[in-house]
Amino acid sequence: MRELQEPAREAPVAPAAPAAPTQAQPAVVARGLSLVFQTADTPVTALSEVDLTIARGEFVSFIGPSGCGKTTLMRVIADLEHPTAGSIQVNGVSPSQARLARAYGYVFQAAALYPWRNVLRNVMLPLEIIGLPAEERRARAERQLALVGLDGFEKKYPWQLSGGMQQRVSIARALALEPELLLMDEPFGALDEITRDHLNEQLLRLWEQTGKTVIFVTHSISEAVFLSNRIVVMSPRPGRIIEVIENDLPAGRQLDVRESPRFAAVAQRVRAALRAGHSYD
Amino acid sequence: MTEVALPAPPRGAPWQVALGRAWHHGAPVALMVALIVLAWYALAVALNAPQVSERLDGLGQPWGWRELAAGAWAMERPVLPAPHQIALNWWASVFATEIDSPRSLVFHAGVTLTATLLGFALGMLLGVLIAIGVVHSQVLDRALLPWIIASQTIPILAIAPMVVVVLGSLGYPPLASKAVISMYLCFFPVAVGMVKGLRSPDPLQLDLMRTYSAGAGQVLWKLRLPAAVPFLFASAKVAIATSLVGAIVGELPTGAQAGLGARLLSGSYFGQTIQIWSALLMAALLGVALVVAVGLVEKLVLRLMGARA
Amino acid sequence: MGTAAALLALWLAAWWALRRLAALPARGGRQWLAPALFGLAVLASWEIAVVGWDVPRVLLPAPSAVGEALQARWHVLWPDFRQTAFAVVAGFAIGSGAGLLMALLADRFGLVKRGLLPLANLAGAVPIIGIAPIMVMWFGFDWQSKAAVAAVVTFFPMLVNALAGLDAVDAMHRDLMRTYAAGHAATLFKLRLPGALPFVFNALKINSTLALIAAIVAEFFGSPIVGLGFRISAEVARMNVDVVWAAIALAALAGSAFYGLIALVERGLTFWHPSYRR
Repeated sequence: MRELQEPAREAPVAPAAPAAPTQAQPAVVARGLSLVFQTADTPVTALSEVDLTIARGEFVSFIGPSGCGKTTLMRVIADLEHPTAGSIQVNGVSPSQARLARAYGYVFQAAALYPWRNVLRNVMLPLEIIGLPAEERRARAERQLALVGLDGFEKKYPWQLSGGMQQRVSIARALALEPELLLMDEPFGALDEITRDHLNEQLLRLWEQTGKTVIFVTHSISEAVFLSNRIVVMSPRPGRIIEVIENDLPAGRQLDVRESPRFAAVAQRVRAALRAGHSYD
Repeated sequence: MTEVALPAPPRGAPWQVALGRAWHHGAPVALMVALIVLAWYALAVALNAPQVSERLDGLGQPWGWRELAAGAWAMERPVLPAPHQIALNWWASVFATEIDSPRSLVFHAGVTLTATLLGFALGMLLGVLIAIGVVHSQVLDRALLPWIIASQTIPILAIAPMVVVVLGSLGYPPLASKAVISMYLCFFPVAVGMVKGLRSPDPLQLDLMRTYSAGAGQVLWKLRLPAAVPFLFASAKVAIATSLVGAIVGELPTGAQAGLGARLLSGSYFGQTIQIWSALLMAALLGVALVVAVGLVEKLVLRLMGARA
Repeated sequence: MGTAAALLALWLAAWWALRRLAALPARGGRQWLAPALFGLAVLASWEIAVVGWDVPRVLLPAPSAVGEALQARWHVLWPDFRQTAFAVVAGFAIGSGAGLLMALLADRFGLVKRGLLPLANLAGAVPIIGIAPIMVMWFGFDWQSKAAVAAVVTFFPMLVNALAGLDAVDAMHRDLMRTYAAGHAATLFKLRLPGALPFVFNALKINSTLALIAAIVAEFFGSPIVGLGFRISAEVARMNVDVVWAAIALAALAGSAFYGLIALVERGLTFWHPSYRR
């Protein structure tokens, strides 16, 4: 794995940059992380010797074709899978301890809302589990819903909402426990492009506002370049990191930054890295 | 460091994995059966104790647990027979009795089986015809289907005595009335299952048939019926078990002389509990055998149709 | 031949009306018009056929005769109904309740589940109703033996369905609960039990019919002088056919009402299920 350093061409113009993280301790540290699945016929190496450090407050994307291990890596961070070799620390402790401390919020590819609960009660679900009193649950849930722009929809049921709105509820639910770390597994993959653009913008504003660490799995190059300040390019067979690309686009991006030549340059680097990892074979 | 929740992957050669899986699933069943048998023996002692203790008191000699248990498990008309008593009686009635004797369970099972199979065949036919009608006629779909569903909330076995009397007075043999009752009981799962099955093809496949200008009959034969085969067999398994119940109950109301239901009835009249349990065992074995038979036919048909094993 | 002509005319008219009714959009209660008309047409043709062809009462009484018998013998039929209904409800509640509890136990302890589920599936092939004479022997002639049969018959469908419901949880939902570090109890009460409700209600609907059948059949085997099943078998022996049909009609109405009640409660509690959205 190599970290690419691009020399800074000019001082970036940064309107309303998020506050720099006060703690030096990184959010995720992985060293030599490997995961081999034992299947019926041959073992599958989902992750091979992954070294990665993610600092607090960063927005990092994992990108690669299917089978490259990006979802597996995130699931290891979330303690939903166990590595077979190497070490990994989340917020300075093991993933299991981080999970028990409820240090992160997870957003799946589908909204995974409970159809028998209305929107507000869906967001309150994690708060019920940790045993918060009713009033505080309600207040927190309403706050998160306002943050994703769904205040007024508390009494609606999931099937009454569009796909994009359901995912926003899912994001509000992930934020309900107010974790420092947000793990998002291709959350907008099932949505149409127009909704996806809209949600990308909202997510970016959310990140700037809250200063959380976000790990975002995607297979869309433009989404990765638009959202993140570091892009981890992965490749399959075995799943490994090909390259980590620093994204020097300025903060406070709007959707039209995607037309700019700098955007295209970064996207080109990502594409080149994917090609180098034989992703197009 | 981490808590256990994710399943461990299987290790070893395929035969080891298969053996491990067989043990994992088979051992608990064997354990459960063993526990049930033990509990049965204990319950037999408990339920038969009053009569046994009375008899032992009458003998004048001191007695203890051993005598109580031995007595409880060897009564002629126990409240609850011991498993070995039932098994021995069953064995004797099946293998040690002439087949045409009224004491042979094989004879009685045969009588009930005939009615079951006849009712099952008629019920399947009726169910499939109703399903085809419902799928092709909007009138039948809207007007008839709700009644078919409602028919299941009606305890049809209440009509059983009526059917027996009516058909009997019209001169039909008891087999007919039992078959009619069984047919009524099993047409419903077949009808409902087939409606689902006939409607199961993807709309895309139906559109393809439209592009070929295929007639309704061709669509039925080439697309809908093949697609409905899994649903047919799923309902057939339910239907044949229900048909057996119908045949047995059909033997009750007029005190029939032949059949497993008749055997249950005569056992209950004369207080022959071991006979009752023996007949029940036969009925249970018959039911399981029928469902397994349908399952085997299903596997064969699906293999012939090229489905994945 | 007048009867045949009348029947033909009736059904031609009914079919014409049904075609129009069937074409109506299925909203706001209009979907019940077609089956209602169909039912009325069947009743009417029954009446016409029996009266017109002078069918002997012993064979098949006219609906009007059944209605008369229902009214005339109400003082006998109502206590019969109460007796049977009591056994049905008691057996239904005990059997379904025990089945659900056993399912929760089997869900918690994998060993119990792996041992019990194959046996419960096997029990579906066995005519369990055959234990009726044994239950009468154990619990006597009164409602307890009928309730016992109903309880045993309803136990297995509930066990099998409830277990299927508890298992039918999305992998994604399970992962979500894991990310919350939720324990077994929280996952059970917040995710798996609500998700299992449609399956539980499926079993409850099946059980409503089974319990009624079980109680009535158990009464064929022995009953004090009251009970719908007893009434049917006793009056059949005396050839009082219209009373028999009246008792059958009463049982049918009771069965449909019981089922309908459960379906209504189901709609209230599982309104969120996709099957309710067209």
